[in-house]
Amino acid sequence: MLRQRAQFLGVHIVLIAYSALALGPILLVVMNSFKNRNAIFGAPLAPPNAETFSLIGYAKVFNASHIGVYFLNSLIVTVASMALVLLFGAMAAWALTEYRFRGSTALALFLSIGIMVPIRLGSVAILTMMRKAGLNDTLIALILVYIAQGLPMSIFILSEFVQQIPRDLRDAARCDGVPETRIFFEVIAPLLRPAIATVAVFTIVPIWNDLWFPLILTSSDSTHTITLGVQQFLGQYITDWNAVLAALSMAILPVVAIYVIFSRQLIAGLTSGAVK
Amino acid sequence: MAEPVSQVVASMPRGRFAALLALFLGPAVAVYTLFSIYPLIATMGLSTYTTDAEGAYHFAGLGNFTTLLTDSLWSKPFWNAAWNNLIFFCVHMLVQNPIGIALAGLLSLPGLRFKGGYRTLIFLPTMLSVVIVGFAWSLILSPLWGVAEGALKAFGLGSLFRPWLGLPSTALVTLSLISVWQFVGIPMMLIYAALLNIPDELVDAARVDGLGHFRIFLHIKLPLVLPTIGLISILTFVANFNAFDLIYSVKGALAGPNFASDILGTFFYRTFFGNQLQLGNPTMGAAVATVMFFIILAGVCLYLFIVQRRLRRYAF
Repeated sequence: MLRQRAQFLGVHIVLIAYSALALGPILLVVMNSFKNRNAIFGAPLAPPNAETFSLIGYAKVFNASHIGVYFLNSLIVTVASMALVLLFGAMAAWALTEYRFRGSTALALFLSIGIMVPIRLGSVAILTMMRKAGLNDTLIALILVYIAQGLPMSIFILSEFVQQIPRDLRDAARCDGVPETRIFFEVIAPLLRPAIATVAVFTIVPIWNDLWFPLILTSSDSTHTITLGVQQFLGQYITDWNAVLAALSMAILPVVAIYVIFSRQLIAGLTSGAVK
Repeated sequence: MAEPVSQVVASMPRGRFAALLALFLGPAVAVYTLFSIYPLIATMGLSTYTTDAEGAYHFAGLGNFTTLLTDSLWSKPFWNAAWNNLIFFCVHMLVQNPIGIALAGLLSLPGLRFKGGYRTLIFLPTMLSVVIVGFAWSLILSPLWGVAEGALKAFGLGSLFRPWLGLPSTALVTLSLISVWQFVGIPMMLIYAALLNIPDELVDAARVDGLGHFRIFLHIKLPLVLPTIGLISILTFVANFNAFDLIYSVKGALAGPNFASDILGTFFYRTFFGNQLQLGNPTMGAAVATVMFFIILAGVCLYLFIVQRRLRRYAF
């Protein structure tokens, strides 16, 4: 018993140390973003106090960049892509698992190519297509690409959820003569709500954090997303540590806040849904 | 199967059934085909063309690939990027995945408290943008700020400090370790989930036989999660050979110092989009993307045909 206690103490020490390693750098950046320049360099590890507290970095970010626009763009792109990935993904997952038809296995395989092969490798042709269609430098271009990117994984995950729905539910509705479309939208779709968290891990996070496609497909300030906007701001203001730390913190804090609120669902989704 | 369900659907007129399938599958298949599969194929097609000074396309067969692999102007940076990418991948395999497995092993110990808290904290960096993580670490490792140096000094190791990100000999490994720091949560989570699925009876039997936690983990649990280790290996492979954001945001498109941190993703970007040193070249960029596609495809096939099949035997 005593030996087990000692072992557990050791385990806790290792896990606390590793957690500190994971959290430390993030905390350091956020903490120093609220300090004046002298304090950032003088005592980097000290939390801000009444004397060293300063919001000058944040003021600079707001004045010198369109951070509000970037944030809104990211929000529009992520929400729109996510909604359509969920809708199209759920519909496809339902049809693939529920209906038997010739070629359904081949179609499922075709749709799963995108799980392993990154869409990024098609960028040259994507840019050409978007230019031809006049969609270059629009948020629509980003949304279309992100839907295509998110669909394979979401169909895969949602198919597992569809399979778990008891057969009786759809059978009862069918016997009552309810049309198939209504069965899906009114009976099945509401039951897929728990799958949203799982799909979100694999869809929202990569879209919100993506640098590649905004870099390739958007060129003007009005279409930059937060990740690209912050990246370019950081490049320009590299010597202004207040501004850099503030910009980093503004990109970190919303993600951390959402993560803390939903971490239980996110982690449950990650550990249960995808990999069995 | 003569269930009532299938009968309702099966008794549908053919045209209506087709319309139903088109309605449900149409949007997903259309968007996915148009913006994912078609661009991949079109990119491969484009890689067999060259452009002349007027911008007209000429069919060149495998000419771009010959240039890429043999013309020293192209082949030197290409092989440099490919080799660096391999190192980038090896660091992940040797550091990220073992640490992830070890953390999962610790977290799955029966009766351990605060599991949820540890998991949440260790997974946190994975949620952040690579751009943010790269920049935060470049500040921390900067000799200007001195945080890393100060931390080493605290352990009496101050003399070991170097501007790791700036030195050609250490830049790539340092960047790899930053990436490891960020993504260690993924193998940890996947292995943790797999460990939880191991039936209790197996572990209990070993405990009755007097095996300690560590030997149970090594001899019983680890062989049972080998398929998941295979999965995290292929996920790491695909992610690493497609990586770009971290190098680009810390070192820029030129992946300095002197291309020491250049990997295939940054090489592809420079070739396709251009930079201070060269003009963008879409057809050559398409050729690089095609090579990257075949590298990733080779990895996935190896996983599907060899690793997966052999590991199946241990699966339950």
